Amino acid sequence: MKIAIASGKGGTGKTTLSTNLAAFMSESGEVVLSDLDVEEPNSGLFIKGELIHQEDKYKMIPEWDKSRCELCGNCQAVCNYNAVLKMGNTIMVFPELCHGCYACSELCPTGSLPMKQKKVGELKSFRADNLSLVESKLIVGEEQAVPLIRQTIDFVNTHFSAHVTKIFDSPPGTACPVIEATKDADLVILVTEPTPFGLHDLRLAVETIRQLEKEFVVVVNRHGIGDDRVDVYCSEENIRVIARIPNDRKIAETYSRGELLYPSMPSVRRAVESIANYIEEFRQETGT
Amino acid sequence: MKIIFTTKGTEWESAMDPRFGRTEFFLIFDEETDSVEVYDNRAIENEAHGAGPKTAQKLTEYGAEVLITGNGPGGNAAMALQTTGIEIRVGAGDMTVRGAYEAYKAGKLKKA
Amino acid sequence: MKEIVVISGKGGTGKTSITAAFAVLGGSDVMVADCDVDAADMHLLMEPDRKISEDFYSGEIAHIDQDLCTRCGKCQEVCRFDAIQIIDGEYTVDSLACEGCGYCARVCPVDAITNSEQNVGKWFTSGIRTGSSMVHASLNIGAENSGKLVAKVKSESKALAERLGKSVVLVDGSPGIGCPVVSSLSGASFVVLVTEPTVSGLHDLKRVYELVKKFGIKAGCIVNKADLNAEVLDDMKRFLSAEDIVLLSEIPYDDKFTEAMTNGKTIVEWDGELESVVRGTWEKIQEIVRP
Repeated sequence: MKIAIASGKGGTGKTTLSTNLAAFMSESGEVVLSDLDVEEPNSGLFIKGELIHQEDKYKMIPEWDKSRCELCGNCQAVCNYNAVLKMGNTIMVFPELCHGCYACSELCPTGSLPMKQKKVGELKSFRADNLSLVESKLIVGEEQAVPLIRQTIDFVNTHFSAHVTKIFDSPPGTACPVIEATKDADLVILVTEPTPFGLHDLRLAVETIRQLEKEFVVVVNRHGIGDDRVDVYCSEENIRVIARIPNDRKIAETYSRGELLYPSMPSVRRAVESIANYIEEFRQETGT
Repeated sequence: MKIIFTTKGTEWESAMDPRFGRTEFFLIFDEETDSVEVYDNRAIENEAHGAGPKTAQKLTEYGAEVLITGNGPGGNAAMALQTTGIEIRVGAGDMTVRGAYEAYKAGKLKKA
Repeated sequence: MKEIVVISGKGGTGKTSITAAFAVLGGSDVMVADCDVDAADMHLLMEPDRKISEDFYSGEIAHIDQDLCTRCGKCQEVCRFDAIQIIDGEYTVDSLACEGCGYCARVCPVDAITNSEQNVGKWFTSGIRTGSSMVHASLNIGAENSGKLVAKVKSESKALAERLGKSVVLVDGSPGIGCPVVSSLSGASFVVLVTEPTVSGLHDLKRVYELVKKFGIKAGCIVNKADLNAEVLDDMKRFLSAEDIVLLSEIPYDDKFTEAMTNGKTIVEWDGELESVVRGTWEKIQEIVRP
């Protein structure tokens, strides 16, 4: 079963929930947590396992071979991203801007732009007992998160069998990266805060997930602060709120140390437990 | 010597544009002939990504020796400019073009 | 005119709450630009009137004219993004997958494919309750923020600031480390980094500062929720002083920030003690930016 944890805005507790839920569920079965927030992956700060695998991740970009090039400039004309430019007698490639569409390479009349691998990030896989963590980190300055997200999901799907519960910590926002991260999920858990910012971003996230026609539920973090507008919204929209994590300064302090919350905080354990129970229920109902 | 300024206008008294890639204009000053040429770069607004290298490419057509700008070109633009050997001076983002020229002549602008 | 850009790298550090408080303190002299387009929340505290609203186009998307298409399949063959699918015998573009590279249009033997700019959202110019104005944007679902949109929001706000004689443009910057944040930083007079003393806060601060450093822009740092973790705070301070980043202030962890936000107010309109900390920070920034 594949579960994606997402939120409209950053900082609502997505990573907190993913790491605690994954660790908790791994006490009774095999779980892999995958951090798809490749621009700023943080799950590894909370889950300390043994590094068991590491690989560089690549994208394909053109590389100029000047021996045959006639400087016709066709490559520059067919690139929609300003990633290939003719500068005087040189053809320059800007790897971060390249989307890897192959147009310049395959349409070059002299075959002077063969496609080559370019490193865009690193994937690491850790293991601690029943819990695995797979995270990828994009190189600073690299623009396209989506290909790395895709490759990370592929890695998880090919290296872990169907019976392993897969939890994907999605990037924030409502754009391509989060769509990529959630489109394969059986269930999406949206994390929000009971505040005007939280509600506003939850609405956007709900619209996105509805467009993808995904099953989704909500977890309210920092419950007790703010107001009840998130609850009102959810009940108006028939969205199930499966758990509430209380607002507690101690949570923030524990988080700040990079520690998991549920082992030392009963209120968090109860919330995580009810989420795990919901997931089990969902699994049995849908046979995923 | 030819000097290029990133500017928000077309005059000596115009404000400098602190941006490189998305600068509105270039002002190209030729010290030998004491003449000023202007390039309108505002179409760059339509580029979603990669404004820096695109602007760098345009700039090289003028064969200038010095570029005076505000914060300095970002990574991609800097890479493109490197091929041309142009000298880049930064820190003139808050000045007028005239002020930037004088500051440059007085050796007050840092190299990027 | 000075441009102050507030960024955070990591979400949830209080960047927008603090930026909004600065906007209130600056009053009518401060033009606001919300470049955090993915999670644009600034408007919730600024009560914008959306006086001017315009569609925004960015990036391209392919479209196949079914009357011209001969179903040769070349487009599908060259597409590296699996964006061309056969639905009911027709070659169709999946708009979420299409990256607008234009390769398909270039190889189509009968010119049945055209690329057009995509409407990705709207941008607005608004009067706000601080007595000043604000430029902001909202994205359509699935649409991506871009350097272009951020540049648009910034250039509109700067042009307006100039016309209205404002001395400061205050930018709520984009998150992450990609093109939008690069575009947010471009042209900045000063960067304010908002962070929190958590392991992940420090991690993301270092990552986003790599970008700031590339641009050589002077930076200051606000440590929000500063009393959460003394140990990380010490590490953070060491990092700041090693990188020559001004420590602007340490703001204590306080639920009053959320209380204020829930009531549609900024912290400086809600709590006297925190008001003086945030006001002190704003004054310090003014001293650096306008000596």
